[in-house]
Amino acid sequence: MLDDVAIRVRQNIGIVTAVLLFSILYLLYNLSHPKGFSSAVLVQNGDEIFALAMLAMAQTVPVLASGLDLSVGAVMTMVGCFASYLLTGVGAPLHLDIFGLHLGLGTFPGGMGGILLGIVICLATGALAGFVNGCVVVYGRIQPIIATLATGAIYIGIALFLRPTPGGKIDEDLNWALTNSLGDFAQTIHIFDDGAAPWFAPVAWIPVPFVLLVLIALLVWVPFRRSVIGRAVYAVGSAEGAAYMSGLPIDRAKIAAFTLAGFFAGCGGLFLAIQTSSGNADIPQAGAYTLNSIASVVIGGTSLLGGTGSAIGSIFGAMVLRVISFFFRIFDIAPLLQPLFEGLILLAAVSIGALGVLRVKNTLELFR
Amino acid sequence: MPDAPLSQPAFLTLSGISKRYAGVRALEGVDFACERGKIHAVLGENGAGKSTLIKIIAGVVQPDTGAMRLDGRDVSFATPSAANAAGVVCIFQELSLMPDLSVADNISIASPPRRFGLIDARAQRRRAEELLAVIGCEDVNPLMRVRDLPLSRRQVVEIAKALGKKPQLLILDEATSALTSADVEKVYAMLARLKAEGVAILYISHRMHEVEALADRASVFRNGRHIETFDKGRRSTADIVQLMIGRDIATQYPPKPARGSPKPVLAVDNLSWDKSLDCISLSVGAGEIVGLGGLDGQGQKSLLLALFGVLRGVSGQVTVEGREVRPGSPAAAKSVGIALVPEDRKTEGLMLPMSIADNLVIASLDAISTGPLVDRVRENDAIKRAIARLQIKIGAPGDAVATLSGGNQQKVVLAKWLMTDPRIILLNDPTRGIDVGTKQELYRLMRELADQGAAILFYSTDYDELIGCCDRVAIMYDGRIVRELEGDELNETNIIASALNIDAAAPDSPGAAHA
Amino acid sequence: MSSASLSLSRDDRPILIAALFILVILVAGTVYTFARFGSAPLLSPTYLLQQLQIGAFLGIVAAGMMMVILIAQIDLSVPWTLAAAAMMATSIGGPLAIPVGLGVGLLVGLVNGIGVAYLRVPSMIFTLGVNAVMRGLMVAHTGGYAPQTGATDLMRMLAGDRTLGIPNALFVWIAVSVLVTIVLQRTTLGRYVYAIGNKEAAAYLAGVDTRRITVICFVLCGLAAALAGVLLAGYSTKAYQGMGDAYLLPSIAAVVIGGTNILGGRGRYLGTLIGVVLIVLLNSVLSIMDMPEAGRQVIYGLVIIFMLLVYGRGERVTS
Repeated sequence: MLDDVAIRVRQNIGIVTAVLLFSILYLLYNLSHPKGFSSAVLVQNGDEIFALAMLAMAQTVPVLASGLDLSVGAVMTMVGCFASYLLTGVGAPLHLDIFGLHLGLGTFPGGMGGILLGIVICLATGALAGFVNGCVVVYGRIQPIIATLATGAIYIGIALFLRPTPGGKIDEDLNWALTNSLGDFAQTIHIFDDGAAPWFAPVAWIPVPFVLLVLIALLVWVPFRRSVIGRAVYAVGSAEGAAYMSGLPIDRAKIAAFTLAGFFAGCGGLFLAIQTSSGNADIPQAGAYTLNSIASVVIGGTSLLGGTGSAIGSIFGAMVLRVISFFFRIFDIAPLLQPLFEGLILLAAVSIGALGVLRVKNTLELFR
Repeated sequence: MPDAPLSQPAFLTLSGISKRYAGVRALEGVDFACERGKIHAVLGENGAGKSTLIKIIAGVVQPDTGAMRLDGRDVSFATPSAANAAGVVCIFQELSLMPDLSVADNISIASPPRRFGLIDARAQRRRAEELLAVIGCEDVNPLMRVRDLPLSRRQVVEIAKALGKKPQLLILDEATSALTSADVEKVYAMLARLKAEGVAILYISHRMHEVEALADRASVFRNGRHIETFDKGRRSTADIVQLMIGRDIATQYPPKPARGSPKPVLAVDNLSWDKSLDCISLSVGAGEIVGLGGLDGQGQKSLLLALFGVLRGVSGQVTVEGREVRPGSPAAAKSVGIALVPEDRKTEGLMLPMSIADNLVIASLDAISTGPLVDRVRENDAIKRAIARLQIKIGAPGDAVATLSGGNQQKVVLAKWLMTDPRIILLNDPTRGIDVGTKQELYRLMRELADQGAAILFYSTDYDELIGCCDRVAIMYDGRIVRELEGDELNETNIIASALNIDAAAPDSPGAAHA
Repeated sequence: MSSASLSLSRDDRPILIAALFILVILVAGTVYTFARFGSAPLLSPTYLLQQLQIGAFLGIVAAGMMMVILIAQIDLSVPWTLAAAAMMATSIGGPLAIPVGLGVGLLVGLVNGIGVAYLRVPSMIFTLGVNAVMRGLMVAHTGGYAPQTGATDLMRMLAGDRTLGIPNALFVWIAVSVLVTIVLQRTTLGRYVYAIGNKEAAAYLAGVDTRRITVICFVLCGLAAALAGVLLAGYSTKAYQGMGDAYLLPSIAAVVIGGTNILGGRGRYLGTLIGVVLIVLLNSVLSIMDMPEAGRQVIYGLVIIFMLLVYGRGERVTS
């Protein structure tokens, strides 16, 4: 049994390292923060982490199938732009202006029902974008990295079409409920005696974004990981030829991987729109999120070659990246130096991780 | 020649099967049948059509024409899983395992036990343990990643995986090529059990003694045609070999020259590395072929890699023609005249998508260049000479090397190194999975190279080959050389005894395999 | 290569199709301008030369990017290598401006190469980090404002002036192209590059110093980005923040549209050249059409997918 534990730790050493690294960094951060370990700090951190954590999860799935998704930032941005029309909370007429034509699309419902419908549409849009990626990769037989570079441009184009300039609006209650603590959430949607129920008090301080993150990880990722199609994703990333020989549904696995990536990216975009109360087709931001998602995946112990790793590790990878930038606020480092430090820390992290190559005794192993 | 009649209704019947790849004939009008409870060997050189035959039976490729009947019903399999569903299971030569997944995952990959729609990890693990126990390999922990297992254990997992599919027709394609002798025995026992249970077994192997030991019937293929099928004992080994290559062969191995005392080209003294090499001392003289024998994974491969500069942290002394060398990389090893034909020609020996020509010249570009510029005239000359010398059968030098048969690919690997005029040639099991005809050409070539003064260190898993080819054989056990055999001592009994370290004081853990 | 005879068709097909597509763009653009403005600027040599002059910067970046893609790596540090070279060149000024600018590229390439070849960090990640570092250094150096220093006369001459009516930048691009073509087709380095891109382990075991080759490729890529930066600064008479951002994805796209396998080991330089021209012309037609950014992005994405679909789909993995 001890053997088994040792094997499991050894096989997940990347994730274990990421979790440890995050724990240490976050502990240090709270210790040096004047209001460390308070719900307010946690809430703020949760809001800042959520979108990147979702994108890191999104990036993980195609990477496991040894494909990279360069469109996750674009999908996030596009879904955010959709959200800025659909989550206003007030019934609003929607229309489409294209090539000088004015098409009325009827009135989108307001109220709670409208918001829920809007959320479903936004997430479905993300998943659809991912599904399209998967189809281009599988049926077009185009390398994922190039296919998603191209579809990413298309999604950014759609986002720009929707929001040529930043704007739109998100229901204020929705914004308040999702970007604060559980207590605020309960109060806003009037459950548990407006969050005042005595049994609820011990958990009322927990930030909603963390709860959402855990829920998505447990209800979406874990079942996927343990499903037949999820394992096929790992198998395809590990050895596609062998997976075919074993009769696995390779095409479906790849499409599922990209679709799930689109869904996760959509979650990230939805949250970002809710958090900022607007839609913004910000191309540099989309690019930065995509690149940071790749960095998170690597820090989280997933191999870019596919086959090994986990979205859970990537969440911790994203958190490590974010916590590093939190430190700038605490130590009051000139904002101008921030990109320099971020880059240096990323390089240091991956280089330290790579020092293992110096211990490799059989140089052939370097080429795996 | 009429085929021997079947003793019972056929389980699988192929009639008039033909298959072409891009206009090249792989199979032509093949009629073939096999029955339950029999082990049926399929023999032939590489390129004879065996692989295509089993790929068609296993649903990997579809025939252009012809019909297939299984258990009296017409069938055609569009995918490997369709074949599996009908009870046709194939253990492929190219392992079909996912290296990053665990042993348990791999064994149950196609139809895992489920609970609430999700994979039941515990049941899956139990299943893996049961199946591994069936072949007597309980020592493999189902949680281990396949990547972390040595090649011989991976093949065991591959076999367990196939068994888990409850085969009615089991196809083994060179499935024992990487197994240790101990595991081979277990696999034989398992095959005997399956046979008794009425499973039909197709067995493909290049090792004649395996075929002799196992098969009840054998079919010979040549150039995409079914040549003859006969029952066990009806044909001598020589007959079979002749049927396979379609011409007479005088002796399998080229004659060994009289032994003198050649001056050592390569001398190894007290070489140690990590846990797998322990104070190795060995010398190889000019014109000598020295074999490395022993069980799989006793450090033979590491020794070759260490000499070729692939391993780091090697201690001890290596001298080449009296000068001490310490190669830190293959490039450095090449510069002192060492060549290595690596273990896996497809990933280590060749750039498969690149042309034959590009593969041939890659190691000797410096010799055919003026400064940084490649001299095309000299390049083309060198390529032509290499192809002619090794009689590599190709269409054009510009064809991708992937289009060649395994044997010809291996010749390209060897030719690549001969173009560097090496003084020392290290061969890592170069004949694995290669047909008889090409094997003989390789043996002849090795002897020719030795006669020209090269020192050859030759690792092989095939004892027969070691006995037939080598002037001397060093047997390794647990990272050490336990015995050197030469002359009359060099026979199968001695090799096996030394390989098991029977005459050593205390064999601690026989068969202990190193990664 | 000696192997050209048979692989010719496989590698030439994308190049031919891309060239045809360039014609389609020209025709479609001309039909549009003729219908709308009654003129055909796309067919005037002056206009085309001007477009090629702008294309030269992308062309030089793409040439470097191709070296790296051929060995199955990628260089994401191009944007800020380009900007840093431009900024350092303009702030040093004088006769040393260009050597210093190129020196920046060489240094970045060296760091990238060492990280990828010796530490074996995935290039996707390592060059991403290096890009952030370069950006940080430049932001710290300039204080985040547009640099006040201008390009030297030599830089302006190389990028902006014309000789015999042909932009000098075009000559530089041609020189780079000739160099890359010779390296890829005629030198041992070129052979090693393709070998590493196909199977690094096999190249290593054939005694190729794969690490040195990898470093060289990254250095060449860094140098190309730096050269483009120096020229671009000369063209715009100054360096500016984010001047390299518009070159990363188009340079990758140009290489791929030119038929180079993104996984390395296959592709011809002529293809990259044509890929660059295609992207430049597509851009100019779209700007003539006054296409808003949204439409440009969508068209851009569709063209990449369309081209790759037409080239013939990749092999299916079956065994």
